[in-house]
Amino acid sequence: MEEEVRLMKGNEALAHAAIRYGADGYFGYPITPQSEVLETLMAEQPWETTGMVVLQAESEIASINMVYAGAAAGKVVFTSSSSPGVSLMQEGLSYIAASELPALIINVMRGGPGLGTIQPSQADYFQATKGGGHGDYHLITLAPSSVQEMCDFVGLGWDLAFKYRTPAIILADGIVGQMMEKVVLPPQRRRLTDEEVRERCPWAVTGKVGGRKRNVCTSLELEPQKMEVNNNRFQATYKRIEENEVRFEEIGTDDCDFLIVAFGSLARISQKAVEIARKQGIKIGILRPITLWPFPKKEVARLAAQVKGILVVEINAGQMIEDVRLAATDNVKIEHFGRLGGIVPTPDEILDAFKEKILG
Amino acid sequence: MKKEIIIAGFGGQGVLSMGKILAYSGLMEDKEVTWMPAYGPEQRGGTANVTVILSDEKISSPILNTYDVAVVLNQQSLDKFESKVKPGGVLIYDNYGIHRTPERTDITVINVNAMEATFELKNSKAYNMVVLGALLKVCPVVTMQSVLAGLKKSLPERHHNLIPLNEQAIVKGMSLVEE
Repeated sequence: MEEEVRLMKGNEALAHAAIRYGADGYFGYPITPQSEVLETLMAEQPWETTGMVVLQAESEIASINMVYAGAAAGKVVFTSSSSPGVSLMQEGLSYIAASELPALIINVMRGGPGLGTIQPSQADYFQATKGGGHGDYHLITLAPSSVQEMCDFVGLGWDLAFKYRTPAIILADGIVGQMMEKVVLPPQRRRLTDEEVRERCPWAVTGKVGGRKRNVCTSLELEPQKMEVNNNRFQATYKRIEENEVRFEEIGTDDCDFLIVAFGSLARISQKAVEIARKQGIKIGILRPITLWPFPKKEVARLAAQVKGILVVEINAGQMIEDVRLAATDNVKIEHFGRLGGIVPTPDEILDAFKEKILG
Repeated sequence: MKKEIIIAGFGGQGVLSMGKILAYSGLMEDKEVTWMPAYGPEQRGGTANVTVILSDEKISSPILNTYDVAVVLNQQSLDKFESKVKPGGVLIYDNYGIHRTPERTDITVINVNAMEATFELKNSKAYNMVVLGALLKVCPVVTMQSVLAGLKKSLPERHHNLIPLNEQAIVKGMSLVEE
């Protein structure tokens, strides 16, 4: 398959991007608003073309443990779910991180807590960026704001996961999962051969060959001294990621007096609010963190020194605002605006909140 | 060019697929397009709506305050979206099942008897295509050629035999709008 321009939902783009990347396996369990990932994979039947495995597991817990096993074998594997399902996966994610394995997880967030609603939300920011499961670990967290980014971040997520041997998560929301846009799908790549997997992942459990030492992928280490060494190694990896992999987008920040910080779909809704504000003579710029972890601290600090006020817009009760406040060294006014439980604000609501909280 | 359109009605009226065909038609003209459905329990009855944006430039928000064009196919949708049409914009409605006439005087209001026309066509599934025809007559955001190409691209091959039927329904819808 060549590069192709298509119109599709964000969820469908995730599935197509995975097949075209040359994925080895998907393990998942349906849940709104991301069920189209599994549906699309089943409809495309990649096992007939590339040999990719697509399996509906019996639960989210089973899914993440299948991903754990596939990753340990050096395979390109992933799972997807929505908020309640991703909560069930947290133990497995901690194990994958502690076993230093590359894997891709997708969370198309819905309104919580609990079983909540099926409407869009961004309330799993803490869960994705601060660990989620137990222990000191991080997930490389990518926040797409368009269907094209849903497509592109599948490849980026796996590239980073394999580069650093650590799991990556695409933290999307119901809006970007459900909306359709134009997307350029990349050309089909073939899956790696067993020989290529052994070469790329010398640590993987690929069967004992040629008298090499046995490979073991585990998170268990009963000697605390050794576990501290492991932890120090994880932290060194996280430091390298923080130094090299921060991604963000700035819109209209050259001349702005104020700043909105927003991620995912909310950055786009905020952009419309900013367009309206500029017609009224209010110059607002937008900083859109693309990697939520590692967080663009330097960029927040630089812009905080430049502007008179910052509004953090996210559909949760105030999560990313904590990272913004930690990063902003200057004593600038920083306020939060969000709707909860699956409600998405309109551009007007965002602009009204800006006027009340920042100008007011 | 940028058109911000909302299409709203009952689940099952073909609101979402009408939006999809409009979006596909935009794609055929190499436009930027965004199709954002209300994807909740509405799909299983109740009200459904979809926002379609067609533009020559990159689109920011998929969620809007106001619209250039609103197509409303039931009472709830008229009540909800009449006030959200931009001044100078267009409101298209089908008075079948709608108990009041729109009140705005600063917009173009067009009543389309699409349900009756659909009965005449003896094909209830073509209702949304009749409405699409009316929309395209009032507001030619995409060409008929692009719509047909879009249908071809969006429908699986086994349904391509239905394209002439859809075309007929679109033409019928166009004829419902007076010059």
